[in-house]
Amino acid sequence: MPFVPHTQEDVRAMLAHIGADSVEDLFDEIDPRLRQADFSTLSEGESEMAMLAEFTARARRDETGPCFLGAGCYDHHIPAAVWDIAGRGEYLTAYTPYQAEASQGTLQLIYEYQSMMAALTGMEVSNASVYDGGSALAEAVLMAVRTRRRRRQPGADDDVVSVVVPGACHPLYLAAARSIVHNQGIRLVETGCGFDGAASFDRLDRAASGYGSFAAMVVQQPNFFGVIEPVDELVAWADDHGASTIAVVNPVALGLLKPPGEWNGGGVDIVCGDGQPLGVPMASGGPSFGFLCARQRHVRQMPGRIVGRTVDSAGKPGFTLTLQAREQHIRRGKATSNICTNQGLLVTAATIHMALLGPHGLRSVASACHERTRDLVAALTSIDGVERTFAAPFFHECALDMGRHAEDVSRALAAAGVVGGLPLERYAPGFDNHLLVCATEKRTAADIALFRDALARILDSGANSA
Amino acid sequence: MSDTPNDLRYAATHEWAALDADVATVGISDFAQDALGDVVFVELPEPGQLVRAGEEAAVVESVKAAADVYAPLTGTVVAVNEALEEAPELVNEAPYGDGWFFRIRIDNEVELDDLLDAAAYRERCEAEGDD
Repeated sequence: MPFVPHTQEDVRAMLAHIGADSVEDLFDEIDPRLRQADFSTLSEGESEMAMLAEFTARARRDETGPCFLGAGCYDHHIPAAVWDIAGRGEYLTAYTPYQAEASQGTLQLIYEYQSMMAALTGMEVSNASVYDGGSALAEAVLMAVRTRRRRRQPGADDDVVSVVVPGACHPLYLAAARSIVHNQGIRLVETGCGFDGAASFDRLDRAASGYGSFAAMVVQQPNFFGVIEPVDELVAWADDHGASTIAVVNPVALGLLKPPGEWNGGGVDIVCGDGQPLGVPMASGGPSFGFLCARQRHVRQMPGRIVGRTVDSAGKPGFTLTLQAREQHIRRGKATSNICTNQGLLVTAATIHMALLGPHGLRSVASACHERTRDLVAALTSIDGVERTFAAPFFHECALDMGRHAEDVSRALAAAGVVGGLPLERYAPGFDNHLLVCATEKRTAADIALFRDALARILDSGANSA
Repeated sequence: MSDTPNDLRYAATHEWAALDADVATVGISDFAQDALGDVVFVELPEPGQLVRAGEEAAVVESVKAAADVYAPLTGTVVAVNEALEEAPELVNEAPYGDGWFFRIRIDNEVELDDLLDAAAYRERCEAEGDD
């Protein structure tokens, strides 16, 4: 059946029926400042050839020199086989299938994904993914709070639950999580990091005496500044204070760092994060997928879809969507979440990516990232006036004090063909002179030399003109 | 035809209550367990928790549905049937016996009058069965 849009006649008839003068009238309750779509610069229509020329020219603007930008989205090598396989028609879907059990291949792939994520994070269960790192954190916070007040206490409706975030968690994850949880009686309390860039126990203790108790603690490892947090001590603190624990992790870093399932021996309750480093291209910032893993005892509080392995009536193994009583098509308004689908295609790519790398490959990638970043930091701090912002150890990202406005430096670097990192001022007020840099396994010694030379020139000319 | 013991009181939402002094034992009816099918999970309240008549106190999950279990009476939870954690099928096998859910020390005996007797509950189930 062809797609037939409404004719002008249809639109007039419908407007007349509901008593509106124009389609515009239907939107008049929305603040006009939120409706500033200006299509006047768009042409009426172009030929395929003209359109291709225009888009090719625009795509060329995205071509840059070496990328030292991270801050949640990383430039890793993706084996060609990953998207070749993920792009096959059998896999090419964003969703868990509607006739789930008829799609055994897709279910098996998701099951393998869940198994890999559980192994990587040291947890027992994983769901089939959520939207991105921010939505994963929001769901993790909601889930942690649910595991603690499974039954609402009568008269306790107005109680606000506090979740503490010591240290530097990704500001975009926090913003997304706050948008989702703040109307559900949950307050996120950021206590800030110490002078070394890691979580400060002094600040944590002060917050604890101010707020009384915390339902949960969120620990990002490595944190937003790239700093390695004292996760064992943080989890011990949370355990002592009766708070559930949520780890936000970079899956590639887990190739080297201790999995959250082993932090402080007993591990955390919930692990979440962004799956982009596992085979998803940077693509100007999205799409990505979020992962969510947990202890078996919390599985009924998990949001989203979960694939399980079972046997059919003939005793043959098969895969099925399981524990669906958590979900909205059964539990309606009392479902654990309104997330029902996931980022199926990106999860497919991530699963193939992890299968191709294997545990040893992932460790090699993590090691290479760490070594390249050490080289990068050594090269850049050899320039006069460039210093590390924090003394704490880092994984593959590090904040550097440029001694000059980092936005200016970043723009000058871009002009010199280097994507030089994230000016921290955008997310961390007061860090005007600080740049967050990252080197993945893709950055060569030549790339690092290019960055170093360009930065030295920029800072030198700045010093002369100042 | 489902079993509806005469010595119990019933809520329209299919819970039963058996009162012994000021402690009521609560479970779901034979009609309810049959309608749910094989029970695979039961989420129980915490001992010490306050429950109010008509408010959710537990969740029962079967292979085909999940349902809230409402407290038929107001009071404090004094015991929960921990055996259901490992053996939720007890709800199907003995809904009025080993498949009980929780016990509450009730605040107000007058609330019992709001519950149905066996005959009235049976009538309701028959009406529902006819739907």
